[in-house]
Parts: sequence; C-alpha cells; structure tokens
Amino acid sequence: MLQEPKPSEMRVAYYQGCSLEQMASEFDISTRMVCEALDIELVEIPDWSCCGSTPAHSHDPLLSAALAGRNLAIAAQQGCEVVMTPCPGCLKALKGALKVYKDPQKRAAFLEILQMPFDGNIKAISNLQLFFENVGMDAVRRRVTKPLTHLSVVPYYGCLLSRPAEFMQFDDPENPVSMDRILEAIGASVPDFPYKTECCGATYGVTRNEIVGRLTGRILDMAQRVGAQAIAVSCPLCQQNLDLRQAQVSRHCHREFHIPVLYISQFMGLAFGLDPRALGINKLFVEADSLLDFLTSESEAAAATDGKIA
Amino acid sequence: MRIGVFVCQCGTNIAGTVDTEAVARKALEYADVVYATSYVYTCSEPGQQEIQRRIKEMDLQGVVVAACSPRMHEPTFRRAVERAGLNRYMFEMANIREHVSWISTDKEANTRKAMELVHMAVAKLRFNQPLFSSKVPINKRVLIIGAGVAGIQAALDCSDGGLDVVLVEKNPSIGGKMAQLDKTFPTIDCSSCILGPKMVDTAQKENITLYACSEVESVAGYVGNFKVQIRKKATYVDWNACTGCGECVQKCPSRKAPDTFNENLSNARAINIPFPQAIPKKATINRDYCLHFTRGKCGVCKKICPVRAIDYDMQDEIVTEEVGAIIVATGYDLFDHSVYGEYGGGRYPDVISGLQYERILSASGPFGGHIKRPSDGSEPKDIVFIACVGSRDASVGRPYCSGICCMYIAKQAILTKDHLPDSNCYVFYMDIRSPGKNYDEFVRRAQEEYGVQYIRGRVGKVYPRGDRLVVQGADTLLGIQVEVEADLVVLATGVEASSGAAELAEKLRISYDQYGFYMESHPKLRPVETNTAGVYLAGACQGPKDIPASVAQGSAAAAKIQALFARDVIETDPQVALVNERTCVGCLKCIMVCPFGAIQSKTLRDGSIKAEVLASVCQGCGLCNATCPPKAIQLQHATDNQILAELNTLCA
Repeated sequence: MLQEPKPSEMRVAYYQGCSLEQMASEFDISTRMVCEALDIELVEIPDWSCCGSTPAHSHDPLLSAALAGRNLAIAAQQGCEVVMTPCPGCLKALKGALKVYKDPQKRAAFLEILQMPFDGNIKAISNLQLFFENVGMDAVRRRVTKPLTHLSVVPYYGCLLSRPAEFMQFDDPENPVSMDRILEAIGASVPDFPYKTECCGATYGVTRNEIVGRLTGRILDMAQRVGAQAIAVSCPLCQQNLDLRQAQVSRHCHREFHIPVLYISQFMGLAFGLDPRALGINKLFVEADSLLDFLTSESEAAAATDGKIA
Repeated sequence: MRIGVFVCQCGTNIAGTVDTEAVARKALEYADVVYATSYVYTCSEPGQQEIQRRIKEMDLQGVVVAACSPRMHEPTFRRAVERAGLNRYMFEMANIREHVSWISTDKEANTRKAMELVHMAVAKLRFNQPLFSSKVPINKRVLIIGAGVAGIQAALDCSDGGLDVVLVEKNPSIGGKMAQLDKTFPTIDCSSCILGPKMVDTAQKENITLYACSEVESVAGYVGNFKVQIRKKATYVDWNACTGCGECVQKCPSRKAPDTFNENLSNARAINIPFPQAIPKKATINRDYCLHFTRGKCGVCKKICPVRAIDYDMQDEIVTEEVGAIIVATGYDLFDHSVYGEYGGGRYPDVISGLQYERILSASGPFGGHIKRPSDGSEPKDIVFIACVGSRDASVGRPYCSGICCMYIAKQAILTKDHLPDSNCYVFYMDIRSPGKNYDEFVRRAQEEYGVQYIRGRVGKVYPRGDRLVVQGADTLLGIQVEVEADLVVLATGVEASSGAAELAEKLRISYDQYGFYMESHPKLRPVETNTAGVYLAGACQGPKDIPASVAQGSAAAAKIQALFARDVIETDPQVALVNERTCVGCLKCIMVCPFGAIQSKTLRDGSIKAEVLASVCQGCGLCNATCPPKAIQLQHATDNQILAELNTLCA
C-alpha cells in the first residue's frame, strides 16, 4: 500500500552560512537536530557560497545581491519554496537579494550578473520564524519530553531578528515575543525582559570593546535583575558578545557575571530530550553545567512526585 | 449650432506649458465652431463678460471653456452663459489645467492633448440639449449624527433658529469625549460644568428629538428630502418608564462589566448608568455580562425596579425620520496605546493613555479625583508624560499631528502639580505646538510657574524596575541619554478617525481620506460642507480638533443649514436618467441595478410595461444606462450619443 506523506512534514532549503561552519557550529548542529525532531526535512543547498554580507555589500550592493541570489536560485532548483537560515546576517542578505529582484529598475542588472534562471518564487525565513510560524507552538509543545520546568530564561533578540520591520516582516519590532512563546512552550518560565532588543555593541567588538563592555554589561545586568538563570539567543553575533565576551564584560563592569547564553535551538533540543553534548552545550564559554544539573534535579523531583501519585 | 471656444491661460498656470493661442486657432477648424479665443483669466469678471458679449455678438448657441477642473468653475461658467440667455446645459468644460498643464512640462505634447480635449468637448456640445430643473419643497428638519460637543452645539443653534432637530447618538449618553474630560485648556474650567448645561438644554428643547443608544442604519433621498432609518439598539430597559434612580445598578450582582466611560480603569455593573450627569439618565443592560442573558437566571433588576422598566425581551427597533439636511459630528477615537511595544501600554498597568489620566483626575472618575496609580492605588510622586504617541509617526500610519496633545499634557501636568504639589512632572516632547489663543502662554505657565520639566526628545523604552517604571529617552538639546524613574507614565495618545467612520461615509455617500477623516468640500473655503449636497461636517470627524474649533464648526454647520432652509424649494439636478417609452421593452433590468430605488415600473393604457425614473430620487450614476438592452434609458447630459461623439473625435 502506498503511504501518503504526513501532512506535517515540511521540506525547506537550509542555508547554513559561514558563522555556523566554525564559531557557531553548535547553532548549526542544534538547529539540524531540532528540525529532525520536528519532522522538518532540511535540504542542504549544494555548493552554497557566501551570502554577500558585510564585506560584499559595503563594497557593492549589487554584488552582494547576486551572491545571495545565487544561493536562492540553487535552492529553488532543488524544488524548495522556502529557504531557512539561522543567521540573521545571512537572512538580511537573502531578503535583500529578493528585494533587488523585485525592484524593476535593478532586476535586469541582477539577473545579468546571476547568469542563472531565477523567478523570485522563494521565501527566506529564520529558524526562529520557521519554528514560531510554520511549525507552531502546539507542535513544539507536543514534542517536549523534558520540560525546562522552573528554569528562568530571558530571550535576547538583538537588533536584526525583527527589524527593520517592513524588511523582516516578522514579530513586533519593538517588543518581539516569538522566543518568549517558544521558551514558554518548552516549559521555561520567562520573566519580562526590558532589554530584549537593546544594542549589545556588536560591531564595536574589535575596535572599541569598552563600548561592548558597557552595552553588553547593561544587558547582562538586567538579565540578572529580572532573575534569569540563562539567556536565549538566535544570532551568532549576539551569542558571541554575551557569551565569549562575558569575562571581558565582567572585568569592565568590575563584577562577576555567570549567565550561560544558549541558542534557542539548544534550549529546544534539551526540552526534546536530546543529548546535551550533541547539542554542543559544552562549547559554551560560560559553562552551563549548573544549568543542566538544575534541570536534572528538577525532572527527578518531578518524576518522584509522579511516582508517588502513581 | 454656433459654438464659441474660450481657452483660458490661467495666468501662467496653463499658458506656461500649453500654447493656448494655438489651441484657440485649432478650435476654429472644428465643426460648428464660429468663434475661438484665448484669454488670461476666463473666470474673472471681465473674462465672464467677454463670454457674454460674444454670445450676443456672434449669436452663439453653445460655449466651450477650456480651463481648470469642472469641480472648480463649472457652476461659475454655467451661470455666466445663463446670464447671456443660453440654457446652462449648453455649456461644456475641457479640463486643460489639472489634466494637462499641471502634470507635464512637455509643451508640445500638452498643446496637442489640450486640442484633443477641446475637440471632444465641442463634439459633445453639438449633441447637448437644454435641460430644466424642477423645484421640490424642502423638508426643514435636520438630522445630526453624533452628540459630542460639536453635535450638541449644532443641535442647539438649529433649535434656536426654530428648526426641528433629530439628534442621534451611538452611546447611552450624549456628551461625547468632552464629558469624560476633567478640566479644559487653557482656562482650567471644569469640562462638565461648561458642557453640562448644554447637555441639559439639548434634552429640554422641545424641537430636539434625541435618539441615544442609536445608530444611523441607512440614508436615502437627496438634499431637502432625505429619508433616514435609525436603529434604536435594545437597552433592555424601557426608557419611557426608567427614572434613572439607579437602584438596579446598586443591586446588580454582575460587577465585572467594562466601564468604558472610565476608560476601563474600573468595572461597571451589567446594568449601568454611565455617569451621574448622563443625558438621558437611563439604565442600559450590557448583554455580554448580564447573568440573565449569560446564565439564564438572576432577574434582580427586574424584581427591584420600582417602575417595572426592565424588559429582557426588548429587540432593536428601526424608526424612520424624514429630514432636509444632515450634519455629521461623529468625533474621533484615541490611538491604541498598546501599539508601541517599547512603551508597554497595555502590559504595564501604570502606563496609561491620556484619556485614562483624564478620568483619574476627574472627581467623578474611578478614584474620586485623587491621583492614584492603577496598579496599587498608591499616590505617584514622579509622573512622566510622553508626547506624540500615535501622532507624527509614519511607522504606525499616523504621520499627522493630532493638534491637541501638547496642550492637554500641559494641562494635565498643571493639574497634577495642583493635586500633588510635591510631585515631579516630566514631559518628553518633539516640538511644542500651541498656536491657539492664550495657548503658548499656558504651556509657558506649566514650565515656569509649575516647574514642569520639559525634555526635548523621544522615549525609546519604558520598563519596570521594582514597582516603579524606568523611562529611557534622549535629551536632544543636551545631546545625552536620560533615564527617569517614574511611578506613572502617561502616553499622550493621538487622535484617529472614529471606528465605523468609513461605513457611515458610505451610507451618506461622502468621501473620507486615507486615515478615515471625512473630506470637506474645499480645505479652505468650504470647511463644513461635503461634496454631497445637504450633508455637512462638524468637529473632529473631519480631522483632529480641540473644543473651541469643534464648537465653531458646530455653529458653522448650523448656519449653513439655516441658509439652505431660508428657501422653501430646492432646484433638482436635471442630469438624471430618462426613459424613452417608445423603445423601452419593459425588461426592468434597470430596476434591479439601480442603487437608489429611483426606477419603478408602470403599465400604459395598452397594457405594456415600461420603466419610469423618479427624477427626484435619481442620482445620475448611469448604471441603468449601461444595463438597458435597447438603450431606451439615457442619462441626460451624458447620453450614449454624446459619449460616442467624444470617443469618435478622439479615435478619428
């Protein structure tokens, strides 16, 4: 008997981008694992290339659009209508290419450089948008086996995930809630986090890191004030500033911060019962062992209670 | 036919980009044209006299003026030819300004297009027929929709002039937004003390019929003779019997109904009288919260009512009123302050809207006029006002200035300092807009006498710290970031069009702008008229306005109606559909398409069925003309022959 494909099954092209190859490899691996757990088929873009982010678009916007366009065109050739990328920088570049394609004054030049068939019928979204809008909170909730009960997590969205509003067309630009809702769905408690979109100083990371010290320090301080045990992010640069630079920030602020900063996909993986090591939790600079111990003890306590009731 | 063509230069408005002399010379080649000229200002008095002189001298039978839009000057020139003895419909206008000279700088192409437009007008004019209007009596009653301060003023002025007024208000009480205000700027006089007597007057005038809790359902007819259906919404209380004693309100066990008059800062009972000075002071049941309706049991109000006014079986009722003119005074709504995620309106209880603060200040408000925080009832010490929330911000679709917020913030800050002399008030503003009489002096007083701290800059974020709120913003004069800890944050919510404005506009067939505000007939010269004859505007339904401006417009609209009603009859527009009975086959498709119910069937003596147009009801839309299979029904002044003549000229 022929088996009909499950209606919940989704097939999306996956654009990994350069950050996720090295520095943010745990973002890549955890996204892949969570997608697998949610029955989402990720179609790797064969021979994917640079998205045309910062170096390219500051040199020539059209070059940047064509670079991103190449990846979109290949994804479309694979029969995909949606391309997902976890990196907001890549997402901005992919969306930028579509914008150039839709601009009647730029389309011809864009297609001439591209030298590939391309009809623009493809949508670029983030993994966050995929989980929040395409999968939905009910499906996420159903997949949870180890809810993050009693764990207090604040989401940090940074600048790009929902902004500029007309360009990203996702979530509320000033008070985004998609990660809040996902964290709630996987059982965490989510305090109101006023600094969820405050600037972390990212682009000054190398040149003037005292600015990063001050701005990122404010974010960590606020997370601590609202009682967060951990921070959830969905951007490699956010993660880098909050996690890798946390010791530096601590020195700048003359106080000791110790707040693990995990990708939202890592939190989802933990709640889905996936192996923490496989999810790359051990790659964090601010180690999260205490977090994992907390979760284990909470779930044991819960199991014990269940056992008593049974 | 002997036709004269007058090409207007409109100073340089037209002549700058159109060769008007060439257009006039070319016109002499068109069939029946015996005279053509170009003139600098055709609409001026000498310009009109020139037309009249040439009509007589050249024995002209029809006139074409190529000038501006017919919306601008068609009535002017029709009167001019009429004074020279022609029928006013033996005149055509070619729009060579708005449609030609103002939209392109290519003089050659413009001149060619102007010539074609003049040629079309001449071709049409050759088929024009003299038309004559009939006279119908005016029904000298007025419908006023909306009983806020603008509608009340209009009603009282019309009533004083001896006119019968029908006043329709959607809410259970008249008074509008002004009834919710505590004090008014720049004199700090008590809002209900100055509005209250007008509300009472409105109720007591014998020639004002008040329908509260009612809405306009449909409008038919035309200037002088409108027929209006009004839906009286079921209040479940017989208002003829209700004395407003309020016993039912006190005993009602359902205490969680929204108190809209207090901007939901407190709860109301399911049966409620909105406020002590309400007119009419009658109880209304909120069906969604009444236990009788939600659970099928209770009936306390019915048992307790001393005059047996409660009627759970009451249904909406439709009443029909006939009036000669309509004033629309439907007011405004406030911008939804939860739209700005960064300010936390709707999430944090101590971030409130301007109107909510007005209720807090009011002695009849939820806290009896004591300034308290909605969250814990404590007295605030530091209060921050944020200006332009939903004004001058294209990102939320509100690029316009609401005009009243700068003033009401200054007023609220002054009142705050009066109530709580030890409090600190901060105002974050973009610019201060205070152009009214004594307005800027008032803002100065807030700053200088009352010590309100004005900080020029936008607020980026409001968030809680402990039980207080932190307001983060920019001080653009000092060029620094500032942080103010506050107990209460008041958002100066802007003005937007009333909900339902668009639906009402469609019933009245008046236009509205992209924000839902009604369009006046001319932004400077006809501010209270609409483009629909007999329908007038007053107050904030036309755009944001303060109380003095709304009252002035209420009086202005009333004066316009007094002028209209000074005549006993009104001339109808003869540009309506007409049936040629010889070719009508009686299919009556025209009746089905007519949106105005202006066509009926009649039986001739030989038993044949024919369509008949009620000229006084027809609006001249032309749908029947397009539908009629044998083309027996024709729109006068836009007949098939006239339109085809224009098209043939263009396509030749």
